[in-house]
Amino acid sequence: MHAAPWPAAEKRTLIGQRIDRIDGPLKTTGTAKYSYDINRPGMLWAKVVTSPYARAQIVSVNLDPAKAAPGVKAVWKDDDLSEVQYAGQIVAAVAAETEEQAEEAARAVKIEYKPLAHQVVDSDPARFDSKKERVGKRETGNVDDALGKADTVVTGEYGIPVVAHCCLESHGQVAEVRGGELYLWSSTQNVSGYSDRLGDEVDIPQNKIHVECQFMGGGFGSKFGYDKWGVISALLAKQSGRPVKLMLERDIELMTAGNRPSAFAKIKVGAQKDGTVTAFETDVWGTGGMGGYGPPPMPYVFDRIPNTRLSSRGLRTNRGGQRAWRAPNHPQGCFLTMSAMEDTAAALRMDALEFFLKNVALTDRPEIYTEELNRAAELIGYKQKSHPRGDPRPGPLKRGLGMSIHTWGGKGHPSDCDVTINPDGSVTAKLGSQDLGTGTRTIIDIVVAETLGLPVEAVRVEIGSNAYPPSGASGGSTTVGGVSASSRLAATAALNALLEVVAPKLGVTADALEAAGGRIRQSDKPDNSISWKDACALLGPTSITKRGSNNPDESQKLHLIDEGVGGAQMADVSVDVETGIVTINEMVAVQDCGLVIDLKTAESQVYGALIMGITYSLFEEAVYDAHTGRMLNADMEFYRLAGIRDVGQLKVHMMTGKGYDERGVVGLGEPPVISPGAAISNAVANAIGVRVPELPLTPDRVLAALKKGGMLA
Amino acid sequence: MPNQQHSTPGAGVSRRGFLKGIGVGTVATGLLSPVGLKDALARENGFVGPGEVPVTLNINGQNRALNVEPRVTLLDALRNRLDLTGAKKVCDRATCGACTVLVDGHPVYACTLLAIEAEGRRITTIEGLGTPTNLTPVQQAFVHHDAQQCGFCTPGFVVAASAFVREHPDATLDEVRHGLGGNLCRCGTYAGMMLAVVEAAKAKGGA
Ligand code: FES
Ligand code: FES
Repeated sequence: MHAAPWPAAEKRTLIGQRIDRIDGPLKTTGTAKYSYDINRPGMLWAKVVTSPYARAQIVSVNLDPAKAAPGVKAVWKDDDLSEVQYAGQIVAAVAAETEEQAEEAARAVKIEYKPLAHQVVDSDPARFDSKKERVGKRETGNVDDALGKADTVVTGEYGIPVVAHCCLESHGQVAEVRGGELYLWSSTQNVSGYSDRLGDEVDIPQNKIHVECQFMGGGFGSKFGYDKWGVISALLAKQSGRPVKLMLERDIELMTAGNRPSAFAKIKVGAQKDGTVTAFETDVWGTGGMGGYGPPPMPYVFDRIPNTRLSSRGLRTNRGGQRAWRAPNHPQGCFLTMSAMEDTAAALRMDALEFFLKNVALTDRPEIYTEELNRAAELIGYKQKSHPRGDPRPGPLKRGLGMSIHTWGGKGHPSDCDVTINPDGSVTAKLGSQDLGTGTRTIIDIVVAETLGLPVEAVRVEIGSNAYPPSGASGGSTTVGGVSASSRLAATAALNALLEVVAPKLGVTADALEAAGGRIRQSDKPDNSISWKDACALLGPTSITKRGSNNPDESQKLHLIDEGVGGAQMADVSVDVETGIVTINEMVAVQDCGLVIDLKTAESQVYGALIMGITYSLFEEAVYDAHTGRMLNADMEFYRLAGIRDVGQLKVHMMTGKGYDERGVVGLGEPPVISPGAAISNAVANAIGVRVPELPLTPDRVLAALKKGGMLA
Repeated sequence: MPNQQHSTPGAGVSRRGFLKGIGVGTVATGLLSPVGLKDALARENGFVGPGEVPVTLNINGQNRALNVEPRVTLLDALRNRLDLTGAKKVCDRATCGACTVLVDGHPVYACTLLAIEAEGRRITTIEGLGTPTNLTPVQQAFVHHDAQQCGFCTPGFVVAASAFVREHPDATLDEVRHGLGGNLCRCGTYAGMMLAVVEAAKAKGGA
């Protein structure tokens, strides 16, 4: 019998290699069909009608003019809604024959509002009634005493605004009701769990709801639920008897379909002369819009600072509710903490790297961070390029280096997988997971192929449907661990069943056999073998199907999966102190993530995270107008994403091999997106000599900080 | 505050809504055999719309006849009328490049062109550039360098890159950065993309 744990390093032929994404050819040719691309026969287009007010009473909703508009086949309004609480909130919807007709009909809906007072500004807690806020307090040690005794106390104010998810495929789905069953093609991170409570809302039992998502254009934490638009599209489909496509418009997506909570903080750090931090006090506030608010973990990573105090306030603003955004709360906590730490190093006139290396003793993984920081320093040329805060060279272009460290859990989620071996030798793996672009399909293929000793092309992977064995939602870097464990378990079980059939033929017992190089062979006498195809032919007419179930705790004990990683990043930036423009010269990411299944897609995750990090560091902010309560940049021209020109040179180094691989698989999607804000902000401070306290590092903010620091003529 | 009567946001005349009213003289009716906008204009004394008008679009070497309202963009005509969904709708306002197609060999944002404006021009979409089993050099390089994650931006990039490498056979990284500056990716695939495009440019004539 073969055991499930991963094959030894010298036995792996696929795992850990750089393997092309198996659906790459579908994506590069435009053949991949996303939810947005599903066109069903007779399909209608739906458009939603949303509130222009940040807060208003709904006096009346008149759908009649929309019903009378050309092409309209179904209309909907929210009968339970008496007050809108943010601009962009959905009030009504229409479905029409063409997209243009639906747009026109949506404009024809007459809604009478009575505007009410609103609050959208989150940077100033004085605007809020402190009695209504959610307040948190936590203290370890004795902060006042420690600050009193510290050699240096550094105070600073920092802020990181609300940013959007801006998935290039906006949220939505195609819904179709046929024979009393509901078929949904949804852009979702959660095919297996998507319909969990949808049935009640649309009055169709859950066992008659079919969810499919073969390809989806980004989620980043904003596409777990069916959402209001999922219900609306199903109801419009029921009403009209026609399939309905409802994808959010870009402005509504940016305003309401995913907001990362903001975090503003006043921080006090106490340190000894040698750089050791002894106290860390944080007063943090921010908004999750109409959603909840939990403070970021503070101090971030440096959990073992002996004296810490955290007071937090969640400000309820009239904005769309927050959603998980890649590594929820970590980029905020990281930016606030690492900025304050680097400011402390600067106040002590200590080299930042030396300061970080000294204080990693106050984290949970000092050895890993030490190794990673040193590796990052090597890769970026820290020794040659570093200088104390403030580039001393003349001229308007100032250059600087900055760093940050981060952590994440990434333990695999529960996942079931069925692997089938057919008598003709073909193999299928099925599971109700989804590929967000992380490479999930490819990972499953590699694991099953490796286990069965076959090439990647020999395995067919079927995911993206709730008809398959259930697998967890793809969030929090839980997918790679979940699906690699379940597919390893399933493939191992299927192989063992096959070996039982083959063993008599080769005159040995099953546990003397292994699958390798497209053959079943005797482990210690490889010449005694049979080809995979001939082996499977011995099955007669019956396929083998075995289920693998990932129980995360059990799999962790088997070292199939693990949790908890560290990473270090460094940034090299140039700042033009005349224009305030920040340019990324180079970024380096050093990341640990246990056993890497596919090095190519793993590195892509890290490159992508760096780029997403550069974007929120330099450009991203949901800008709201205090007076009208509306988002001023709800389009992609003014809600800017980094382009290929903005990212500089990127270097990724994965910590693999001995000491890392044995841990098993750990998720990777979140961790590398955590540090860029802090690393880049620290680099800018190192370049220009003053802290730009808030992200994104736009020219106006840079110039304001220079002016405040007395550094502008 | 007094009660206010409001129509929905975005009410009023949109740019494209306005276009539908342009040149409305006679309403085109009874067009039995839609051969093209030119014919319709000739027949209707130079005025068509606001209802559907016939256009013939030359897409990937084939003439496709369809009826669209004058306000329909080329992108919506491709995606919603012809089921050519490789070009994506992301910003719909000339910012992201996800809808990029070639018009007479040049990359164009299909969301910025009306379908009726595209008549008589040679349109190449991603569907006209290689298949999963027969990838162009650009597509091969994209796969090899993993220049895609979710892949939603990828067709637009592949189309833009195909035109770029044809014109810049020895492109440097810097030229690639400028040449592909008109497309955006949220997943952050630029690192692989730069390598892919340089490699494809070396392989020459990617499309
Ligand atoms: S959809 Fe056309 S440029 Fe964005
Ligand atoms: S690969 Fe996802 S947007 Fe580019």
